[in-house]
Amino acid sequence: MAAEPIIDVQHLEHTYMKGTPFVHQALTGVSITVYSGECVAIIGHTGSGKSTLVQHFNGLILPQKGKVIVDGADLSDKKTDMKGLRQKVGLVFQDPESQIFESLVGDEIAYGPFKMGWPIKDVRDAVKGAMEMAGLPFDAMKDRPTAALSGGQKRKVALAGVLALKPKILVLDEPTAGLDPRSGMELLGRLKTLNEQEHLTIVFISHHLEEVAYLADRIYVLDHGKNIGEGSPATLFSNKKMLEKYRIGTPETVDILYRLQDAGFSVNVAHYGIAEVASQICSILEHGPRRDRYDTV
Amino acid sequence: MRAKSSLASMGVDRMERQPLIRAEDVSFQYKGDLGEKVIPALNQIRLDIYPGEYVAIIGRNGSGKSTLSKHFNGILQPSRGDVWVDGWNTKEKSRLQEIRKKVGMVFQNPDNQIIATTVEDDVAFGLENIQVPPEEMDERIDAALRLAGLSSMRRRAPYHLSEGQKQRLAIAGVIAMRPACLVLDEATSRLDTYGRRELLRVIRRLNEGGMAIVTVTHHMSEAAEADRVIVLDEGSIVLQGPPREVFQKQAFLQERQLDVPAASRIAGMVHERCPSFRPDLIDSDEVAGEVRRLIGEGEK
Repeated sequence: MAAEPIIDVQHLEHTYMKGTPFVHQALTGVSITVYSGECVAIIGHTGSGKSTLVQHFNGLILPQKGKVIVDGADLSDKKTDMKGLRQKVGLVFQDPESQIFESLVGDEIAYGPFKMGWPIKDVRDAVKGAMEMAGLPFDAMKDRPTAALSGGQKRKVALAGVLALKPKILVLDEPTAGLDPRSGMELLGRLKTLNEQEHLTIVFISHHLEEVAYLADRIYVLDHGKNIGEGSPATLFSNKKMLEKYRIGTPETVDILYRLQDAGFSVNVAHYGIAEVASQICSILEHGPRRDRYDTV
Repeated sequence: MRAKSSLASMGVDRMERQPLIRAEDVSFQYKGDLGEKVIPALNQIRLDIYPGEYVAIIGRNGSGKSTLSKHFNGILQPSRGDVWVDGWNTKEKSRLQEIRKKVGMVFQNPDNQIIATTVEDDVAFGLENIQVPPEEMDERIDAALRLAGLSSMRRRAPYHLSEGQKQRLAIAGVIAMRPACLVLDEATSRLDTYGRRELLRVIRRLNEGGMAIVTVTHHMSEAAEADRVIVLDEGSIVLQGPPREVFQKQAFLQERQLDVPAASRIAGMVHERCPSFRPDLIDSDEVAGEVRRLIGEGEK
């Protein structure tokens, strides 16, 4: 892991609809750091401020209070090049429909690069490359009408549109929501490749703890607009109290381990992979119960 | 093993009952954007849904799940074939209001279904539309909000609800109409773990009260809660049965971009090494229970 911070957020606060009866403070003091080349997950229940936080990363929301520095640029500084920032930080929203407006897939993905004024050949190459990275076969899909796409295909088109701009940082809000299991896994695999081989820094919001476990190097937990926890997936998922207190829930495999633990079996909750859980169960079955109460006798 | 008093498990009873929804050789085609290309979405679907049944529909993106579920209350009409709801053909425009009272739908995004400024007004709106007498209104709103777990939020603005509470409000609005069947089209996909758990609890409660549930989902662990799982692929039903049977067919499902619950995969792996361990488990409770059962026997 490179030690260079690429996103640095300090004491960030944000209030929606200030001075109206609907005033709502979404961020009450967030401080997080993402290092170059990292893959970081942001979790927390709905309304904890996750989406508000990530919309700061490409300047869709500017800091009201506190500091946001992205790849060396201070977002509070009026001289910061916002167009450059938005190319550098690609944001994929949760609702892919809201990002799609062209009538053909190829045109949709080419829109950003065209607006950047790239030569036509570069645009074509960028579109082709981005479509492949997103799992859309170029020849078969480029002339498809966007209106006839399924939800999962729209997600891929939205992702390709962002990747076509060759960002350094990719920010995704619930990347697999609405995708079938395999498309979700494929997308996660692709994101992992982009992160590991193309050294793309990835920040993603997720409610899906299985995907957090699979993809993230590190997790930040948000609650009421504050970061209240940080650590590797294994550390956080072993912290049952925190999972319960902040209503984070548990991945199904971790849930099995907790149930076994509650029944008095000694298991290691940090080993929650599917094969790991199966092998822990096998060793309970093969080597006898080894319940904790026996251990203490 | 959980005990379910499901209709699906009582095959004989099911045969004697009239289906609530019957799809008869339903095919459906969306017109391509340019008019010349026709994309088939459903292919000769034959399907009966019985009163009180809990059915989950799974399938890869673009397999036709949403399209099919929109046929159940006449939002879409088949290009070929017929859909009957309680004996009424959904093609009969004059019956659509009756049909929609029988079969309510909740979609992925509750914001599109919520219109009023307070929770109770939102539920009342639908009731006013179907001319429910005012003296009955209050009782219906009460019951719907109680079932949806929103009684304490009656005078709140929907604006202040969490995503999960909004989804439950959308459900309250639908169940206030007292439908015989509730169709949920990926209704949990935007919810966090906690919101999803609460919503599933509400759905179970409605089903236990006798309401038929049809849920379209990408979450295999949600499908595991149903009596019957229907697998759609390229617009056709390719597999159906109780979740315990369907989730035994891991390879078949994976070929179709689907998966099985993590608990089923773990049970399968443990079974290979320890054959006495049951392979056909579908949730974490069952897996932990099976370990306790085997160890308990060993100790005797």
